[in-house]
Amino acid sequence: MSEKTDKNVQAGKAATADTAGGTEQRRLSVFKTYKLYVGGKFPRSESGRVFEVTDSGGNWLANAPLSSRKDARDAVVAARKAFGGWAGATAYNRGQVLYRVAEMLEGRREQFASEVADAEGLSQAQAAAQVDAAVDRWVWYAGWTDKIAQIVGGGNPVAGPFFNLSSPEPTGVVAVLAPQESSFLGLVSVLAPVIATGNTAVVVASEKAPLPALSLGEVLATSDVPGGVVNILSGRTAEIAAPLAAHQDVNAIDLAGADEALAKELEIAAADNLKRVLRPQPVDNWAATPGADRMTAFLETKTVWHPTGSLGASGSAY
Amino acid sequence: MSSTAPTSPQPSPAPERGGAPAALSDVTASDSTLRRFLHGLPGVDAVGLEARAASLGTRSIKTTAKAYAIDLAISMVDLTTLEGADTPGKVRALGAKAVRPDPSDRTAPATAAVCVYPDMVATAKEAVAGSTVKVASVATAFPAGRASLAVKLADVREAVAAGADEIDMVIDRGAFLAGNYRKVFDEITAVKEACGASARLKVIFETGELSTYDNIRRASWLGMLAGADFIKTSTGKVAVNATPANTLLMLEAVRDFRAQTGVQVGVKPAGGIRTTKDAIKFLVLVNETVGEDWLDNHWFRFGASSLLNDLLMQRQKLATGRYSGPDYVTVD
Repeated sequence: MSEKTDKNVQAGKAATADTAGGTEQRRLSVFKTYKLYVGGKFPRSESGRVFEVTDSGGNWLANAPLSSRKDARDAVVAARKAFGGWAGATAYNRGQVLYRVAEMLEGRREQFASEVADAEGLSQAQAAAQVDAAVDRWVWYAGWTDKIAQIVGGGNPVAGPFFNLSSPEPTGVVAVLAPQESSFLGLVSVLAPVIATGNTAVVVASEKAPLPALSLGEVLATSDVPGGVVNILSGRTAEIAAPLAAHQDVNAIDLAGADEALAKELEIAAADNLKRVLRPQPVDNWAATPGADRMTAFLETKTVWHPTGSLGASGSAY
Repeated sequence: MSSTAPTSPQPSPAPERGGAPAALSDVTASDSTLRRFLHGLPGVDAVGLEARAASLGTRSIKTTAKAYAIDLAISMVDLTTLEGADTPGKVRALGAKAVRPDPSDRTAPATAAVCVYPDMVATAKEAVAGSTVKVASVATAFPAGRASLAVKLADVREAVAAGADEIDMVIDRGAFLAGNYRKVFDEITAVKEACGASARLKVIFETGELSTYDNIRRASWLGMLAGADFIKTSTGKVAVNATPANTLLMLEAVRDFRAQTGVQVGVKPAGGIRTTKDAIKFLVLVNETVGEDWLDNHWFRFGASSLLNDLLMQRQKLATGRYSGPDYVTVD
């Protein structure tokens, strides 16, 4: 109860209820408790901590969980558990599931637009454009799931009676530090390529603007994405990223949301178990069409040699 | 919570029954005295028991205390494989893991024992030769215990002859639940005799099948009266295995039994303990209920297989500061 009371006091928003009728009773706002999304569930931080999230003008919006390293550890366990099923799902199936995410997002457009507007100080129209771009981005990556193999895999000509095939396979559990500035479109742009190819992700949401990311968890939970494929943590990026970078059971890390000093430190920690590291790259416009780079960054190439039998006098044995 | 079992006031001449210590020998004199004694045990306060077990589970064990607890827990693990698909190769691999749980860190202690089916005892014995690791064998028609006494005893003798240091027997739950305590008692004493001087006897009650806490308390006393060296919660083959509450109840029983007879009996929770956090909760139960005398792998064991990997990963985390992963421990 006291938590709710605090919110009312801090917000000062409850008082803005409609008073037009004069005699009508004021309706108290129902504030949302933002929670983490880990293993398909919505836990609070294991530490019990929260931090205040403000809009671009410094006004209080909500309390978000301040994740600890143990939340990061739990998220990695969940992501690892989900990996086999997600990587083993057919590319076609993954595409359908991701498309379903876009469908669900479309239905909550208004909510995301207002969260993005608050977080980034955009007008409603600008924010809506960002959300639309993000939904389109999901659709774009959903289409890629069963096409990426054709681009980065294929048959290799070899000097011998072998059928030689290379095919891409997901790297494993990927820690994703979401971009700090673009709270939603940026997040989708780094998350979707990771899971499209069959990896599972532990996402550290933007430190200043985590609310769209935490709401995205609610969308994922209702859109056929198996629990644990995406895990979303909010809190201090440096605090959560350090144990993730050093974690021996994380296979790759995307440093998009780390500043230069932090990125260097994390890259050193990540070298310990030879994680794949995607260094932060300057992105001027998240809305621009991305290439396949973010997908190929977290793929391994498996090459198979298959004997074709002897190439006799008749030539090819295929 | 303390429950001191009632003893009959009048001193009586000790009968010639095997197993029961002198102080309680009169209660095992006949079926009716045994029944009267077991049903005379105070009833268990289920709410209090569970609350006590839960509150002891909230202790925060960190840093050096955690390192100590992890090493102690590793040294208490009965590394178990009880599958129909067990092969000699798997048992050898398990033996090697028991002797040196973490090949990358030689300071990790060995486990207490490996626990296998009787036909694998010889293989296991070979695998752990020259180490402190003991070989435990389940016997007596494990896990159901539905066989004649002759079959059960043959099972035990075979395991002992193959070199088993410890025998894990199951009680006849059907007879126990039917109130036929004497039959259960006689079976345990017969098995104890078949174990001889060389093998310690662990008696499995399968607490998940005993329905009530009162029954678990009665079974504990019955097992101890019949001469068990260890009382063990479960086979790991049913839905409900070791829980903090039923283990706490058994710890209280061994504490009270020692207070009355001077005989110390070990406790082994088995099944369902998978994480370091769980294991440490059990160690807290031991320390707070029976004290340091039981904080040793001679008196307390964990029947587990996947627990060891989690203990090792936590150990690596403490040593390096980095979270470890399942790629860095053996798959078994």
